[in-house]
Amino acid sequence: MIALIDYNAGNLTSVKKALATIGAEVFVPDTPGDLENAAGIIVPGVGHFGATRALGQPWIDAILARVGEGRPLFGICLGMQWLFESSDEAPELAGLGLLAGRCYRLGNPPSNPPSNPQSAIHNPQSVKVPHVGWNSLAIQREASIVDQVANDSQVYFTHSYVAPITGDTVATTEHGEAFAAAVQRGHISGVQFHPEKSGDVGLRILRNFVELAG
Amino acid sequence: MLSKRIIACLDVRNGQVVKGINFGGLRSAGDPAELARRYNAEGIDELVILDITATIEARRALADTIRAVARELFIPLAVGGGIRTEADAAAAVEAGADKVSLNTAAIADPGLITRIAERYGSQAVVVAIDAKRAAPDSDRFAVFARSGQADAALDAVAWAREAESRGAGEILLTSIDRDGTKAGFDCAMTAAVSSAVSIPVIASGGAGGLDHFVDVFTMGKADAALAASIFHYAETSVRALKLHLRQHAIPVRL
Repeated sequence: MIALIDYNAGNLTSVKKALATIGAEVFVPDTPGDLENAAGIIVPGVGHFGATRALGQPWIDAILARVGEGRPLFGICLGMQWLFESSDEAPELAGLGLLAGRCYRLGNPPSNPPSNPQSAIHNPQSVKVPHVGWNSLAIQREASIVDQVANDSQVYFTHSYVAPITGDTVATTEHGEAFAAAVQRGHISGVQFHPEKSGDVGLRILRNFVELAG
Repeated sequence: MLSKRIIACLDVRNGQVVKGINFGGLRSAGDPAELARRYNAEGIDELVILDITATIEARRALADTIRAVARELFIPLAVGGGIRTEADAAAAVEAGADKVSLNTAAIADPGLITRIAERYGSQAVVVAIDAKRAAPDSDRFAVFARSGQADAALDAVAWAREAESRGAGEILLTSIDRDGTKAGFDCAMTAAVSSAVSIPVIASGGAGGLDHFVDVFTMGKADAALAASIFHYAETSVRALKLHLRQHAIPVRL
């Protein structure tokens, strides 16, 4: 059973439907204790990083405990950003800190030089933020979450903040600058786009996670 | 690079698509779910269901329609027409809509934009603006409510800006002058609005040929373009349109 965390950051209908379509069994845990029964955990979410405040310490502790036991964790959109240490969107809040780095607004990378020099070349003013629509994935390395996903596949995004490109990045996307579109570190993974709205490519990625969760 | 989106609109009354349909191979030509499947197979980027009835019974039928269309589709789905309250928006979202499109109700109560955005996120709120030129050669665009029947005494550019500031995630801009004419999108109006906001602008009204889409993505600075009858009548397949756009160096999802 895959646990789908509901913290009132958007609607779970589409994610549930997509998981049902690929034959995954899903439940929405009522309490952190319910995560005991989860073979894998998905943190979905749209909107403001501050929405993760609803996931108080008991949820954080339970998620970290399950991840510590090796159970796969997958973040979607805001849920992926939450895997990182923090975000400029709500500087007072910590993320899960499972992945190193701080999320930032598109066009406003942190003052230290970007790790990817490509991203400094583009003029961030030339693109609209939020980044809404279908954009292509540049696969950076092999990883189970992007297994059988072709380079240049298009997926659906809707967001203003992004995660930095680090060693955990498995796919990048460009919108004025390059950013992390998919990340994976062992059994911890996430995508900035919406796999539940990204056609067959998105279903493939969800299937990859479900297979990881066994 | 971000693709320009092609969006198909299904005008639905009592669970049936009502604008002319001329597709072969459909079990029921007016079945929204069948049509949605067909568009999806052709590579449509997004669907809009526009409810053109407004009774309580129809509203229930609408939820069934949304559910039927959303069941097998994994692309964004927006629902508009008669969304007047947060409860209407909630019903559409619960049925499977990713976005709700607000028009007359947002003009009457702009706070509705904010309230729905706070509940579901800005990405779930599209503000639909129906506008026409104050005079044939005017560069002022007047907003009309109630399906183009009532002058809202608003300027389209100013209203788009206000909608954005109140939490709208996208603007769906329809030219009343061009709607149904197949004379091409109103590129000047689209460019005026698109340049004034940082959220995406979907151009609508007037699509009649492939080059109209090229024009609205270049001169019109549109982020997406919406059409109904050009696809329903199978005058143009979505795929043929996208190949044409790619030939003109416009990024599309193929």
